[in-house]
Amino acid sequence: MADTQNYQAIEHKAKVRSRISQTIVHILLALWAVIVLFPFYWMLLTSVKSYGAYNSEYIPKFFTLSPTFQNYIDAFTTVPLGRYLLNTLIFAVVTTAIMMVVIIGAAFAFARLDFKGKNFLFTFFLALMMIPNELVIITNFQTITHWGMRNTFLGLILPSVTSVFYIYLLKENFEGIPDSLYKAAKVDGTSDFKYLTRVMIPIARPTIITIIILKVIECWNSFVWPRLITDKQEYFLVSNGIQEIRENGFGRENVPAMMAAVVVISVPLIILFLIFRKKIMAGVSRGGTKG
Amino acid sequence: MKITLDHLTKKFPNRDKTKGDVTAVGDFCFDIPDGKLIGLLGPSGCGKSTTLNLISGLETPTSGRIFFGEDDVTKLPPEHRGIGLVFQNYALYPHLTVRQNILFPLQNLKGKNKLSKEQMNEKALEAAKLVQIDELMDRKPSELSGGQQQRVAIARALVKMPRVLLLDEPLSNLDARLRLQTREELRRIQQKTGITTIFVTHDQEEAMSISDEIVVMKSGIIQQIGKPQDVYDSPANLFVAKFLGTPPIDVFNGTVKGGKLYIGDEAVLPAVGVEDQDVYVGIRPEGFILNDKGAFTCQLQNVEVMGRDTSVVSTHKESLNVTIRSIISAENKVDTASKDVRFDLKPYKVFLFNKETEKRILFGGQLAADVPAEMEESLDTAAGRTDSQSK
Amino acid sequence: MKKSNNWKAWLYLLPALIFLGVFMIYPLIDVFVYSFQEGYNSASQSYFGVGWYNYSYVLHDPYFLQAVKNTFLIVIITVPISTGLALLLSVMLSSIKKLRQLYQTIYFLPYVTNTLAVGLVFMILFKKTPYTDGLVNLIIKMFGGHSVDFIEGPYWAKMFVMCFYTIWVVMPFKVLILTSALASVNQDYYKAAKIDGTSKWRTFTRITLPMISPMIFYLIITGFIGAFKAYSDEVAIFGTNLNAAGMNTIVGYVYDMLYGDSGGFPSYASAAAIILFVIVLTITVINLMVSRRNTHY
Repeated sequence: MADTQNYQAIEHKAKVRSRISQTIVHILLALWAVIVLFPFYWMLLTSVKSYGAYNSEYIPKFFTLSPTFQNYIDAFTTVPLGRYLLNTLIFAVVTTAIMMVVIIGAAFAFARLDFKGKNFLFTFFLALMMIPNELVIITNFQTITHWGMRNTFLGLILPSVTSVFYIYLLKENFEGIPDSLYKAAKVDGTSDFKYLTRVMIPIARPTIITIIILKVIECWNSFVWPRLITDKQEYFLVSNGIQEIRENGFGRENVPAMMAAVVVISVPLIILFLIFRKKIMAGVSRGGTKG
Repeated sequence: MKITLDHLTKKFPNRDKTKGDVTAVGDFCFDIPDGKLIGLLGPSGCGKSTTLNLISGLETPTSGRIFFGEDDVTKLPPEHRGIGLVFQNYALYPHLTVRQNILFPLQNLKGKNKLSKEQMNEKALEAAKLVQIDELMDRKPSELSGGQQQRVAIARALVKMPRVLLLDEPLSNLDARLRLQTREELRRIQQKTGITTIFVTHDQEEAMSISDEIVVMKSGIIQQIGKPQDVYDSPANLFVAKFLGTPPIDVFNGTVKGGKLYIGDEAVLPAVGVEDQDVYVGIRPEGFILNDKGAFTCQLQNVEVMGRDTSVVSTHKESLNVTIRSIISAENKVDTASKDVRFDLKPYKVFLFNKETEKRILFGGQLAADVPAEMEESLDTAAGRTDSQSK
Repeated sequence: MKKSNNWKAWLYLLPALIFLGVFMIYPLIDVFVYSFQEGYNSASQSYFGVGWYNYSYVLHDPYFLQAVKNTFLIVIITVPISTGLALLLSVMLSSIKKLRQLYQTIYFLPYVTNTLAVGLVFMILFKKTPYTDGLVNLIIKMFGGHSVDFIEGPYWAKMFVMCFYTIWVVMPFKVLILTSALASVNQDYYKAAKIDGTSKWRTFTRITLPMISPMIFYLIITGFIGAFKAYSDEVAIFGTNLNAAGMNTIVGYVYDMLYGDSGGFPSYASAAAIILFVIVLTITVINLMVSRRNTHY
């Protein structure tokens, strides 16, 4: 009997303990969620406050009763935000498209074809992965300048159309496709190119889509190279655009309009993320790093 | 330590939210006697691992109670239950040596139970000696063979002198030869320590060979409990009959008419005391006697001589199996040129089962295994469940 | 079959080889050449001598020294804090079932946002203007502190914002990597530990940490490399003229030397970039040596 009492006490204690620790865990997790989300909330909130209302609030309000879309209109009319968005879209789509052709070709050669010096060349490619961008960007800047490609899309795009890492990722994926399929295709008289487009690419589609999404995100957020290579607003991407807006845009104090621009720039990627959440997170955990 | 499972039930929410809960363990009642080795046996997904988890406290039951001796431990956290658990993949910590692995549970003890370093080392060595791995104490798990890892896992489970030892598929990761050896080893360790031991397996041979008692489960419901030989000799229903025995039992469609058992047109055995009805007939492979004038005719396919025994492979249109396998002594000569083969049947190796409930029908003075009254009820529900599932 | 594939294979590789050759291999060699060309003139592409002058100039430039100091501070502060915080959050995330996916999604959001854009929001939250002290300062005042201009005020305040924002930006990657590392630990280890009555802390230090230690070291190494290359986040908070704000970083110094108001000196930029590369390489090698010694399998 005494023992049973004892057990009840242990049960009770365990229950209380787990409840306390669960509560603490949830509070801390929620706290970080708030820290992450708050800037997003604040930009949305500020972007719908009117210029006058915002500047008259010494203590900022956490809500607004009279939301306005005037800031969004300002963002598109006072500064060429639409132009920036379009430029970024063109940059992202063209860069990604060219890159896919380049890396699929290289990955196919490494994964499926035999040629002299293949292993050596692949090891060399892997070694290139360790070269930081900062080291090569100086010469690239000089090269593009000499070619007279500053303030052109070509100058923006060309240095970003290869990625050794994505070649590596895709090659691994291609190699997972069984040899027997290739042999079967050869027996049927399928050419290498047809085999690549009809068999390998469809099979590797999940990886290819992941690479496309990650590359588009990278393009959308790229800042350093566009900043070096463009100084005319017609060729600004969103990152440079937002920097321009901050420094010369609406006049330094029009914070609500600035926030409207920030929202417009952030929303496309957030939507992309919410649609492809699983793919993006899986892709990033397989070896992406920021930028 | 005697363990009592009282109407133990565990339900999991269905992945498909529109459907009801999935019952992993249903109304499980069983007294596990002190110091015995018990095998929980069933096909995968039958709830045997869940039962083990309920006893260990890693999962809490939806309803029902668990008693260790007189103590109700239903909601007690696992660490207070005094159990040792050996996992199917052993779960040895890969970054710790054998010694550190075995010491690990002892280092958790706190307060008045706390041991000195010497005491811990002594106990660890004792446990290691018991499973004969005291030579390997400073190796890492990755440097050990599967069988050695298994022993380390057992030593780690035994080192804190658990009241109950639980083993989850203890032999399934070992190759065939090691399995035989480890089987005997398990039996030896259990008998030496006298700790009540429960192990889970899907391999009937494994369960039969070392258990004091086996519990046959299907879809979360106990089908039969008993000494291995008793369960084999007197299965409670068709599932148990089919699950136990290698080669498996041969099953036929049959009919009882006027006190005789018919398979096809042939009256193969007298079936005294059974009402006229269609039945399933289960015949153990060793239940056939070769006889040119025998009552039961099958179509001979081939004969496999395997030293001591001869295995006669034949077919019959009423058979539910593709082929019928009968084991007879190798001294019998089978005329392989003949198209047919005729048998007499040993009545105690022939079981009749109800066509609907699949429950055993006793005939001609057969005795049922010792099935407790409450088990009969759960068997009813089992049959009911099987029906609804097959629909 | 093998031989006939030979020229075709090179054809498939050709675009990659051309682009890598022009934009990676040639520049890699060229950057060393630049760094030793003294008095290089961009317009005429001429130089007067070869030597270590560029390195010596950079190493004596107070802006560079300031940038090195800033960069090292950012690295030393953000890498341990973000890795530790990510570990804490990941462990907590794996201990809950409800809301887990929601939290994981929220925590990942900063990864997919434009850091330049969100940096503006941080600037506004921390900035003190004639109209308002900014939200953060109001909160500080609420707790009885004095308001500080985090954007144009004292060095420590600016460094605080910088590190805070950097951590905010790098957390998604770290939490993601650690939660997947934790999820890949065999649950049986935890069950075994639970049955043995292992305390939570002991389970964490003796089982969880050793099991995921390779991933933690991976994060520390990539974290160091990433933090040493800090630049965009600084621009996001303090604007493009980082030297004026006293918040420049080594990478920022490289770009400023190359381009912008103080630009036009690719030789200095190259020397600074190579110095950065040597620092990063050294630290990475040290990291690798430490991790070799401390990972158990």
